[in-house]
Amino acid sequence: MKTCLIVDDSKVIRKVARHILEALDFSVSEAGDGREALTHCRQTVPDVILLDWNMPVMSGMEFLRALGEEPMPRRPKVVFCTTENGMAHIRAAIEAGADEYVMKPFDRETLHSKLQIVGVA
Amino acid sequence: MAGIDSGSARVFAALLEARTGQRIAVGRSWRFEAALGPLLQAHSLDRVDQLAARLIEGKDKQLADRIVDALLNQETSFFRDAGVIEGAVEAVADRAPLRVWCAACATGQEPLSLAMLFAEAGGTMPEIVATDVSSAAISRAREGTYSQFEIQRGLPVRRMVSWFEPAADNHWRASATLLGAIHYRRHNLIADVPPIGEFDLILCRNLLFYFAPHQREQVLARLAGALKPDGFLLLGAGETVIGQSERLRPSARARGLYERVPDPADSNRVYTGR
Ligand SMILES: C[S@@+](CC[C@H](N)C(=O)[O-])C[C@H]1O[C@@H](n2cnc3c(N)ncnc32)[C@H](O)[C@@H]1O
Repeated sequence: MKTCLIVDDSKVIRKVARHILEALDFSVSEAGDGREALTHCRQTVPDVILLDWNMPVMSGMEFLRALGEEPMPRRPKVVFCTTENGMAHIRAAIEAGADEYVMKPFDRETLHSKLQIVGVA
Repeated sequence: MAGIDSGSARVFAALLEARTGQRIAVGRSWRFEAALGPLLQAHSLDRVDQLAARLIEGKDKQLADRIVDALLNQETSFFRDAGVIEGAVEAVADRAPLRVWCAACATGQEPLSLAMLFAEAGGTMPEIVATDVSSAAISRAREGTYSQFEIQRGLPVRRMVSWFEPAADNHWRASATLLGAIHYRRHNLIADVPPIGEFDLILCRNLLFYFAPHQREQVLARLAGALKPDGFLLLGAGETVIGQSERLRPSARARGLYERVPDPADSNRVYTGR
């Protein structure tokens, strides 16, 4: 079973994403901000991380940079999932090493398609 | 909503099949109600049987076209079955000049995917002819503008930023380079002669399945006739020419590709070039 870490400060979004991911046969964990997500990744590296942009404590971008500096047995795929839908944000995310980008609002098919593109679904 | 009565269902099914060859199985006639909802609203009608009555009346000349458009399954996405279209593009990418026919292009994601692959392969840009029986689909395809949901189906984000630009209302528009390589036209595979000239590659994906067997055979024969002698036909996943056409056979070049069975009358002719 593939594993996914959902990183989002909104409980509602985490719930929606969890629902979709579990239906796609993922084992799901959650984190409410970048710091929590980093702690999680130090213990177990998920196959894929669904990452919000704006979060308290540590933002998605800060998390992505910090993750890059962590020694890790393998690299998780990172899929940004955010309402920051402008070209500048998308380019910045790609440059920072994100594998894919989901513009919110998303639906089941969008998420499934992006997970297939990064090769985890 | 009460289920659609079988009389109206038969009227719509007959219209759709007569115009396009597409058949809707009786057990799936619930699709009529879902598909025709917006049209009912536009005509201030409550029930589909009223729409059927209006159609039979025959006063509104455009009504039949609109009903057919609404009933067609136009499901598509960017890079659908990515592996097979990549294989097809690879099989012909080094040819020049290069002509490609995308024979049921729906809202245009398929020809745009081809155009991206050819552009990225770096050879000559092909001339891509993209056709569909639905004029509504063709005009959307020609605009090349997609909603946030559509743009995220099958299209990797790196390709999105390279080939599309933001448009109004969270939409994204394909670049002029891509759209400029594609000629869009309305064309009915069961009624119209193929576009002029022969093609190196023809895509006809995810519609043959809904044709009656004799029509499938006819369409395949036409497509075979529109191929260059060394051209390839690509069908949808789960569609085949085997047992459907004497004029085509699976090609060893790549998965999902079919090629012409050499015509005995042609065996003395020498083809120069490709
Ligand atoms: C399910 S879509 C497939 C689109 C695309 N080829 C793909 O595989 O994603 C089928 C398309 O075939 C078109 N179609 C149906 N009957 C047709 C006909 N007789 N001639 C041309 N196009 C037809 C429909 O309008 C629709 O856009």
